[in-house]
Amino acid sequence: MKINDVILQTVTKIAVFIILTFAVDLFFAGHHHPGGGFVAGLVFASAFVLLGLAFDLETVRKGAPFDFKKLGALGGFLAVGTGLLALIWDASFLTQTFITVSLPIIGELDVATVTLFEAGVAFTVIGVVVTVIMGISEGR
Amino acid sequence: METLIILLTGFLVSVAVYLLLSRSLVRVIIGTSLLSHAVHLLLLTMGGLKKGGVPIIGEKTLAYTDALPQALILTAIVINFGVTALFLVLAFRTYQETGTEQLDQLRGMADE
Amino acid sequence: MNNIIVLPMVIPLFTAIILIFFLSYVRVQYWLSLVALVITAALSGYILELIQREGILRLDFGQWPPPFGILFVADSFATILVLTASIVSALILIYAYYAGQSEHDHPRFFYSLILFLVAGVNGSFLTGDIFNLFVCFEVMLLASYVLITLGGRKRQLRESVKYIGINVLSSWLFLVAIAYLYGTAGTLNMAHLAERMAEAGPTPLITVISILFLIVFSLKAGLLLYFWLPGAYSAPPTAVAALFGALLTKVGIYALFRIFSLLFYHDPFVSETLLGIMAALTLIGGSIGAVAYNDIRHIVAYNVVIAVGFILVGLAIATPAAIEGSIYYLIHDMIAKGLLFLLAGTIVTLTGTGKIEEMSGLIRHYPLLGWLFFIVILSLVGIPPLSGFIGKVLLGQGAVQAEAYLLLGLAFLSSLFVLYSLLRIFLNCFWGETTISEGEETPLRKGLIIPSFILAMLMFGLGLGAELLAPYVKEAAETLLNPNLYIEPILYQ
Repeated sequence: MKINDVILQTVTKIAVFIILTFAVDLFFAGHHHPGGGFVAGLVFASAFVLLGLAFDLETVRKGAPFDFKKLGALGGFLAVGTGLLALIWDASFLTQTFITVSLPIIGELDVATVTLFEAGVAFTVIGVVVTVIMGISEGR
Repeated sequence: METLIILLTGFLVSVAVYLLLSRSLVRVIIGTSLLSHAVHLLLLTMGGLKKGGVPIIGEKTLAYTDALPQALILTAIVINFGVTALFLVLAFRTYQETGTEQLDQLRGMADE
Repeated sequence: MNNIIVLPMVIPLFTAIILIFFLSYVRVQYWLSLVALVITAALSGYILELIQREGILRLDFGQWPPPFGILFVADSFATILVLTASIVSALILIYAYYAGQSEHDHPRFFYSLILFLVAGVNGSFLTGDIFNLFVCFEVMLLASYVLITLGGRKRQLRESVKYIGINVLSSWLFLVAIAYLYGTAGTLNMAHLAERMAEAGPTPLITVISILFLIVFSLKAGLLLYFWLPGAYSAPPTAVAALFGALLTKVGIYALFRIFSLLFYHDPFVSETLLGIMAALTLIGGSIGAVAYNDIRHIVAYNVVIAVGFILVGLAIATPAAIEGSIYYLIHDMIAKGLLFLLAGTIVTLTGTGKIEEMSGLIRHYPLLGWLFFIVILSLVGIPPLSGFIGKVLLGQGAVQAEAYLLLGLAFLSSLFVLYSLLRIFLNCFWGETTISEGEETPLRKGLIIPSFILAMLMFGLGLGAELLAPYVKEAAETLLNPNLYIEPILYQ
């Protein structure tokens, strides 16, 4: 049976970009306000899930042509790696640091290692969620 | 406020227990998920519910909130998320393999 | 600051993540993970030596001083267990590699998962924060949830539903207990908690919390609440079952030792009487189970239950000799149970059945396998010079000193049941007329027997070299019996 899902598909086309932007915003908001890698990752993944629901998994795979398992692994690598970086400078595991840089237009910006860590968390969450959902909906 | 939250926790636990005791595997999974929501609320309440600023010395607020329970809950949510995702995949695989998600029909199959 | 003590957890974790990039290269995965585990073992040996020289080591994550941040603490007890766990899992990994081609359909994530499991186990041993203990437990359990389903046979899926269900529930109880503990004591750092508990004494609230923790860890360790264990441990492939049998319950036992020697030792009703009763009932139940079944995997799984009871008898008695005995026996049991599960799994793979009455005369074709099995039996029963002996003697000594004759009797009677249940396997499977004719037998690959052989040698080594290990074990027992030795270096240095 063919279901008429024109409305869903049209809304999805626009909503996906809003969701993705919101995810990025959440990610950077997490530095000083509520938000952060985990939430951003979940929102990000939900965009892919929505795409998968409205169209099909092929569309998702064409739109994001990379292995989500490897993305998850990359995230884990970043998260643990930033923890290990501290060892090189003879600080305790997971010690964080930051530098303040001045950029044109944007102004003062704190660049912290914790952002890298959060990016790792976000990647891991995206990787895991999309892998699990794809795994279930494909029937492996 | 604490009393309310504790009552809510108790309500969530009782719903979760009801679901856990059902025969459908999917309901059991929803039950475990609800259980952990209940315990997150409990963790929050145990840290003390109050309004206040961030616990940083130098910030000019009189009351501080305890940041630790929130950190604990965040971690617990992440773990619960992982476990639930995995449990769902497993339930799906079980359904595929055995053709049922009723727990009583899974029992004691002579297949080996 | 001692970054080295985080490495036994981080090296396996990091390697596990890197392995995902090499999904299609099984050989690369195998070598990488083996190297990681060997390095981990070597490092933990070094840490053990370091503790002898410098006392208990601690590492504050992100340089947050205790009790504010989370931290890792390496004392002798934890480090000995980390060392043993790393060695045993490295050997089981070798077995898994050679068994892999035939046994698992999806070995792609296998090595990653094993390393995640080891990271969780090592983390649980080393952590000094009770919530971090929960997190490490979960890392270990998540890996074990996936490992138990690898292969995806119906029986495995069914057992894993039960296994995951029971563990999710016990993790939930763990969180509830942590919530109450935090509400009562206002801290989660173990040393800090120990201090606060000592100040407060055994109030009813604390007793309730301690019983909650007792239930949680009993579920994880299989102390009295072992009903889920035989099914779960007999379902997965051999190497995974060996890893479970060698490591998983031991983490629960470690947690029981840590919690009840450091935090809740003020109320003898819980830490001695209740634990003693539970250990005794475990011994009885495990013994009955071990004799009752005819499936080799079930018998072996019930032997795990007996060992859990035996080790916790030492904690319930809590004299220096008994604790030392328990630690020796814990080390011995990690090695012996790993070996026992490997051998039992090999037998099942070779004959294609788990029922002992359906096999016979295996020793004609596989003499080395037979004798290795015989050595494990002797070691588990406690015949000198094998590794089980020293633990049993010390535990017996401790029990006599504390005049706990009932526990002593039950503990040693359970050894007889171990002997009987395993000899039954030995006589049925290895003795008698062979049912396999000449030239028809499945060849036993060297890769499968070599890890078992090394494990057996380790048992001899542990038995004969108990003297070498003595200073470490003595120090471990001292720290367990004297909480101030643990608190001092964490809060006041």
